[in-house]
Amino acid sequence: MQSLVYILPEIFLFIVATVLLVTGLFLKNIKLINLLAIFSLLVTVIIILNQPFQSAFLNSFVVDEFSLVLKVMILIGSTVSLIMFVSSKDDLNINIYEFPILIIFSTIGMMVMVSANDLLAMFIGLELQSLSLYVLAALNRNSLLSSEAGIKYFILGALSSGLLLFGISYIYGFSGNTNFNLIAVNINPESLGLIIGIVFVLAGLAFKVSAVPFHMWTPDVYQGAPTPITGFFALAPKIAAMGLLVRFLFNSFGEIYIDWQQIIFFISIASMMLAAFAAIAQTNLKRLMAYSSIGHIGYALIGVACFTDEGLRSLLIYLMIYLIMNIAVFAFLLSLKRNDGYFENISDLSGMHKNHPLRTMLIALIMFSLAGIPPLAGFFGKFYIFVAAIESEMLFLAIIGVIASVISAFYYLRIVKIMYFDEPKEEFDGSSIKSLNLLYYPSSILIIIFFIYPSPVINISEYAIQSII
Amino acid sequence: MSEIPILSILIFIPVVGIFFMLLIRNNDDQSSQNLKHTALWIAFLNFIISLSLLFSFDLNNPNFQFVEKYAWIESGISYHLGIDGVSILFVILTTMLVPICILASYESIKFSVKEYLISFLALETFMIGVFCSLDLVLFYLFFEGGLIPMFLIIGIWGGERRVYSTFKFFLYTLAGSVFMLLAIIYIFISTGTTDVETLLIYNFTTNEQLILWIAFFTSFMVKIPMWPFHTWLPDAHVEAPTAGSVILAGVLLKMAGYGFIRFSIGFFPDASEFFAPFIFSLSVIAIIVTSLIALVQEDMKKLIAYSSVAHMGFVTLGIFTFTVQGIEGGIIQMISHGIVSAALFLCVGVVYDRLHTREIARYGGLVSKMPFYSFSFMIFILASLGLPGTSGFVGEFLVLLSIFTVNTYFAIFATTGVVLAATYSLWLYRRIIFGALIKDDLSEMFDLTRREIIIFLPLIILTIFIGLYPKPIINIIEPSTEKIVNQIKMKLD
Repeated sequence: MQSLVYILPEIFLFIVATVLLVTGLFLKNIKLINLLAIFSLLVTVIIILNQPFQSAFLNSFVVDEFSLVLKVMILIGSTVSLIMFVSSKDDLNINIYEFPILIIFSTIGMMVMVSANDLLAMFIGLELQSLSLYVLAALNRNSLLSSEAGIKYFILGALSSGLLLFGISYIYGFSGNTNFNLIAVNINPESLGLIIGIVFVLAGLAFKVSAVPFHMWTPDVYQGAPTPITGFFALAPKIAAMGLLVRFLFNSFGEIYIDWQQIIFFISIASMMLAAFAAIAQTNLKRLMAYSSIGHIGYALIGVACFTDEGLRSLLIYLMIYLIMNIAVFAFLLSLKRNDGYFENISDLSGMHKNHPLRTMLIALIMFSLAGIPPLAGFFGKFYIFVAAIESEMLFLAIIGVIASVISAFYYLRIVKIMYFDEPKEEFDGSSIKSLNLLYYPSSILIIIFFIYPSPVINISEYAIQSII
Repeated sequence: MSEIPILSILIFIPVVGIFFMLLIRNNDDQSSQNLKHTALWIAFLNFIISLSLLFSFDLNNPNFQFVEKYAWIESGISYHLGIDGVSILFVILTTMLVPICILASYESIKFSVKEYLISFLALETFMIGVFCSLDLVLFYLFFEGGLIPMFLIIGIWGGERRVYSTFKFFLYTLAGSVFMLLAIIYIFISTGTTDVETLLIYNFTTNEQLILWIAFFTSFMVKIPMWPFHTWLPDAHVEAPTAGSVILAGVLLKMAGYGFIRFSIGFFPDASEFFAPFIFSLSVIAIIVTSLIALVQEDMKKLIAYSSVAHMGFVTLGIFTFTVQGIEGGIIQMISHGIVSAALFLCVGVVYDRLHTREIARYGGLVSKMPFYSFSFMIFILASLGLPGTSGFVGEFLVLLSIFTVNTYFAIFATTGVVLAATYSLWLYRRIIFGALIKDDLSEMFDLTRREIIIFLPLIILTIFIGLYPKPIINIIEPSTEKIVNQIKMKLD
């Protein structure tokens, strides 16, 4: 029973989700359910902040600084996508009360993922998260693209889960344990089977963070899924999977980091370069953001590849800044609305600074931030990543990183170019959607003024990593 | 020394101004006029404050003054500002040119006035920041940050091929600079700090120096620009609005020259000495080749842009002689070029506003219609070719003097550049101003307006003043330059 305290946030959310599921059947007020869901997510944040640090269930589930920070970030991501849902549910044809509930279930999965210290706990968390996401991707039943996205995501996701499970069985077979710490203790550096296991697990996790070469689903799913869900995809699951990846690699295979380092090294370079080139040709904003997120994951993976304090710290800084930037971008995407229709093509943005000067100025700055131009926050994310890379003598990775960032600057600039330099089209609906402004303005302003006082983000990440290394 | 954080005030007044500007509505001619006045006053206020630097500046102190230092990102990377004799003039040049630019845009900018002025004020913040920062990360922040407003200025208010030019400008500069970022990070990791004052007395090993020097060099080479990476400059100049060209030629190019003096030779004297012949060669090639290219240009702005590359060649020549005269000459050449080329672009802007073309062949015989304009234009053309008595002469003379003491061959080639400069400048002047006024549409031309005279007057006075009596300027520069040269000598021994 004592152990149950440590999974209190998960239990709380689970109860909320089931209760909402049942009440939803009778109560047809989606807005209310959504509000309750948002409220309960915020309550969960409070519970998490007050939890004691402990490991439970035979050390297969840990609550520590690292999981705390990541969980809060995940909950912020989930809350944001619920807020986006409120503002767009009618127009996007996703007026379905299961939406908040599925988000909550998925969030529980992610929370288990970042706390998992055992191969099985990890798999359970991952699957709970993925299954909810499959459904979410296909939520718009009337849209061909959405159904296609759901099916694609499901088939590929199932395949990756299979790979993951296969890898888990190898690791268990060759180490005799499923607990991360015990694996680390009993590790046999010579064992080839263990390496095979790591490769398969990494393949599965690379799929979840959408790193090249397991990124194929990302553009289609991003484009097909309704925008609030795309926002959710971009915000929360990546952070959770990254946290899981870190704990898996650092806790259990720290000793043989030479072996997995080169794998991360490769997928990091591949992600950065592929995303930089592939995004240039995109015409759909959501597809573009998909490639952009692949690229950003590439940078974040540099932090993992370093296998140092610095690396981990830079990873967390990067993820936090990435989270804020994506909140702004997706809130912006949802505000591109005219007469109940949404616009997703880059060309639709044409000349919009004439009609929406402030909104355009902020999003242009977000684009510069995504490209990593100082003095915006995105620059600091990259800066810390490169500091970590050079400190662990991975100059090559850093050089590829900066080259990719120059190339990717091109497609971010293209958006700015279209918004500012091209001929204006019809006006979009005014910024009447209050809830979107609530996301849009604070996050943009955070990005812009980040450089004045960057210490909080840095302190939080330093706080978080103390439990890993 | 006063306790007022005057450099921070200089840097952040434009930012505060931006907030004010955001509050002003912009929906009719009247309000856009108000915006322009507001921006002008903000920039002018900044200029006045920057002048107070001159009065409280201690001429005998070669060290950094008005120093401010606060903890910023983490230990080793701090918010550290300060200026010495090398940078103070650039700060004042910047604060002087920005109000001039805003004034010059009064008529020519017709749409999105608010964004335009905000971009300019943001740019001013970044430019002042570059010259004041004594921390490499802070420097990089300002150095790169300036790209954003400049990208918008060229891209939104530029000419026909503005998109191409602004992308080229942005990506060239960014690609050059990212390696400097890596070098800065390397310095941070190996020395534990990015503080300029500490690093100036730190000794890097020769191998480190060579690599770091190259990384810094790529960035500055693109920005200054040196042959063969100068091609973005003519494009950017031609497409930028007049004020954009002015600020680009007047200040942005100087950031790189300043970087060479402060960082390249300050941190890496061994590497600088090793690469000096390489720099000399590139500079001499730049001087001769771009002067020849300038001869055949048909677009006025392009001609001046190429002449800028040639003038910057003199700057790099001077800096890498490691002599007091050379570096002083480089600085004065930069200041002078900042005034003169800015003025030349304004001259182009004047006729462009009237006839909407920059093609040289469309003009001729303007002297009969525009005597005042012809007079001002003449002064700047003469200054540009380095006539004694104008500011252009002082810098070029000091540079040539120093390069003669180092290497006669380079000096001879560089001197031919002076002749070529005279050729293309005077020829340009002849084609536009002299001859008979035969083209029909030129008969409508009118002379400088009061606003334009106000713009030109300070520039003319400065050009002649520096040319005739450079002593005050040299007094400001000399102690700090001597300190830099001594430091290099000490490190090299």
